[in-house]
Amino acid sequence: MTVIIRNVSKTFTARQNEPLIALDNISARVANGEFLCILGPSGCGKTTLLRMIGGLDHPTSGEIEVEGTPVTGPDPRLAMIFQEYSLYPWRTVRSNVGFGLQMRGMPYEEREKIENRFIGLVGLEGFGDSYPYELSGGMRQRVAVARALATDPAVLLMDEPFGALDAQTRNRMQKELLLIWEKTKKTVIFVTHSVDEAVFLADRIMVLSPRPGRIAGIYDVNMPRPRDRTGVEFATLRRDVLELIDRLEDSQ
Amino acid sequence: MRWYLKLLPPFFLLLAWEVASILINNPFILPTPVSVAAVLMTPMADILGSGSIIDNALLSVWRVVLGFGLAVLCAVPIGIIIGRYRTIEELVNPIIQLLRPIPPLAWVPLALAWFKIGLLSIVFIIFIGSFFPILINSIDGVRRVNRTWIETAAIYGAKGWKLLAYVILPASAPAIWTGLRVGFGVAWMCVVAAEMLPGTTSGIGYLIMYSYNWGQVQVIIAGMIVIGIIGIGVDVLFRAVEKRKFQWQEMNR
Repeated sequence: MTVIIRNVSKTFTARQNEPLIALDNISARVANGEFLCILGPSGCGKTTLLRMIGGLDHPTSGEIEVEGTPVTGPDPRLAMIFQEYSLYPWRTVRSNVGFGLQMRGMPYEEREKIENRFIGLVGLEGFGDSYPYELSGGMRQRVAVARALATDPAVLLMDEPFGALDAQTRNRMQKELLLIWEKTKKTVIFVTHSVDEAVFLADRIMVLSPRPGRIAGIYDVNMPRPRDRTGVEFATLRRDVLELIDRLEDSQ
Repeated sequence: MRWYLKLLPPFFLLLAWEVASILINNPFILPTPVSVAAVLMTPMADILGSGSIIDNALLSVWRVVLGFGLAVLCAVPIGIIIGRYRTIEELVNPIIQLLRPIPPLAWVPLALAWFKIGLLSIVFIIFIGSFFPILINSIDGVRRVNRTWIETAAIYGAKGWKLLAYVILPASAPAIWTGLRVGFGVAWMCVVAAEMLPGTTSGIGYLIMYSYNWGQVQVIIAGMIVIGIIGIGVDVLFRAVEKRKFQWQEMNR
């Protein structure tokens, strides 16, 4: 499903301080089935942009459209995956995966099949009756991914979903996410501050500048997957993007 | 620690009591452990025409169930509403903070003026005593619900009662449960104190006060022990449920 971001700005007004421009006139078009990474240093408003696409925040001006209809609040066509602590600890893995379906009123018998399918898809067979506190960080994020996919959204919004994981787990999760993405053909908008992660995952990278958040650069990534992190092409692109981000931070 | 080591302090306490009672040699000040044990061994026996220890204790428990139950029914929903809406909290917080430090027993004269001596007054005192701990913990529990849990629910379209039933309530249940446990403890103290008021004619608090008038100090101490046992028993029950049902809270890093 196509996501269109049209002249979106966001200003936060704290009580005493002068208004803070978090995002300044962002426009973009995310194609159906595209994997877009939004990349930027902290304070560039990338999470705010993602939250507005997900309907959790509202633009001060401009608008966001999904397949022709504007986003005015949380929308069943979009599912969001947070960095951490999003699982319900009092629910089992299966019950967490089925949460979205349950909220949509699907009866238990129907849910069970879908729950099992997505638990299997993220490689957690046999953990359906475990509780989140019995799982590792990586496994928890798999549950969050399964929960999002179970509601069959057209667009997956991911807010630094692997940011709290150790490097090894993180690399493995990236590979698995790509496999799932290729299988399910979802549009993915993925926020990260890791250049490496963006270059490894994305079809396209949007780099945002900090305070105010503006589009500082767009990179098309045409390397075939799976990508070789040690390859020349990978290193060149990573260096280019890193240089841009360094320049942005220096100009602060 | 080895279990039998834990028996040592109570044993020495009993020993000291025994020695003291022999030295004092006055059952109107300190009866012997054996005489108190004798009272405890016959909990069904009538005491000075006021009914047995068991009868009076059960009556007190029943009063607590009424007052405490009423407090739960009021404090939990009110606490959820206050915890959920910032504006309401800011509006009512000064009132709560003003009323909360008033000891439940300071409400006694007002209770008597409103409800006269009797069940209603006692239930009212218990209600006041347990209301605030339950309220405060409910407010706190609801307010501290992880924001990501609520936003996740919003992403999946949970609003209104669904959000309440599937996210807010289960997430704040451990805090609310703590409120119930503390509230019950206060309620139990309140009933004993309220039953000592002049004009009361039943209950474990009345029984030990009445025994004082008749110089039955061994009954006073036996009654106190029963009060302690019931208090600790209910607390253990609450904690057992807490451990089984809300295990996720401690395990969740």
